[in-house]
Amino acid sequence: MGRVSAHPSPMIILRPHRCTLGVRASTADAVRTARCALSVPVEIERPQSSEAPFAVPAPDVPWVTIVHNDPVNLMSYVSYVFQSYFGYSKDKAHQLMLDVHHKGRAVVSSGSREEMERDVQAMHGYGLWATLQQDR
Amino acid sequence: MAGHFEPLPGGGAAAPLDDVEISILRSLAVQLLELIGPGEEPAGTDDLLASIFNDGPSEPPADPVLARLFPDAYGGPDLVPDDDVRAAAAEFRRYTENDLRSRKRDDALALVRALDALTPGGDGGAVLRLTPDECRQWLGALNDLRLAIGTRLEVTDEDDGGELLRLPDTDPRKPMVMAYLWLGGLQETLVESLMR
Repeated sequence: MGRVSAHPSPMIILRPHRCTLGVRASTADAVRTARCALSVPVEIERPQSSEAPFAVPAPDVPWVTIVHNDPVNLMSYVSYVFQSYFGYSKDKAHQLMLDVHHKGRAVVSSGSREEMERDVQAMHGYGLWATLQQDR
Repeated sequence: MAGHFEPLPGGGAAAPLDDVEISILRSLAVQLLELIGPGEEPAGTDDLLASIFNDGPSEPPADPVLARLFPDAYGGPDLVPDDDVRAAAAEFRRYTENDLRSRKRDDALALVRALDALTPGGDGGAVLRLTPDECRQWLGALNDLRLAIGTRLEVTDEDDGGELLRLPDTDPRKPMVMAYLWLGGLQETLVESLMR
């Protein structure tokens, strides 16, 4: 790409278009909305008795981490993330990236629910769009 | 040469930046920091326990940019969410979103600090030199900035080399598109520098 720095003016605004209260207000609103939502009973019930077993998923029912296609993320960056976080070879990372790009999604790891939650959190840290689900 | 990273011997990467580029990068990173926000602070700040066990939000952010930076961990485009999926997504968010916000804040702050540490020459430009660790934080920050701008611009796959590139100079989106493409060049060459 050419030299574009002469053109963009420093007046590039990231805040929402229709926001009249400014960035901080909109963030605060989101936080307030979220706080209100805390009263909704979404807590997953756990057994109170110490004798009752925790609802640990059976080890033979694996979970998977899925990375979804995203029009913004660079293909080279997605490959880089797969190599540096998962330690995949260049070829495997490249193939997974192509699957994400062409098929819209790819399973990038599998294991226990806890492991997959860790992977999804890491993917979100890198800015990739990832979810986990049980592999059915 | 402008807007391109090159690998440094022994790791890290360097890029020459002129005064306008430095100012735009800094302005965008500061706006991203404002958008991400300080995170939720407990009501009683002197209560250490409260701050340790301070849960994050359980609902996705309303702003599309923040919703993209902090997506649901359960669900996704191919799944119609039922109550279980929504509950799992809410619980995951409560326990992880604050950490995720901290990471993204740290990455953007690393970018601002590196820019502020530059000693510009007579023309206002300087050569930015990043350590391997700084490179990783810059990669994250550049990606978050592109996600933010791409979401605001409503970039879709069809826009690759398409409509957004052919905007007339009078279009109000033009400066943001130019910044988006320029950040893409920076990020692409930074990835290449790290993969070498």
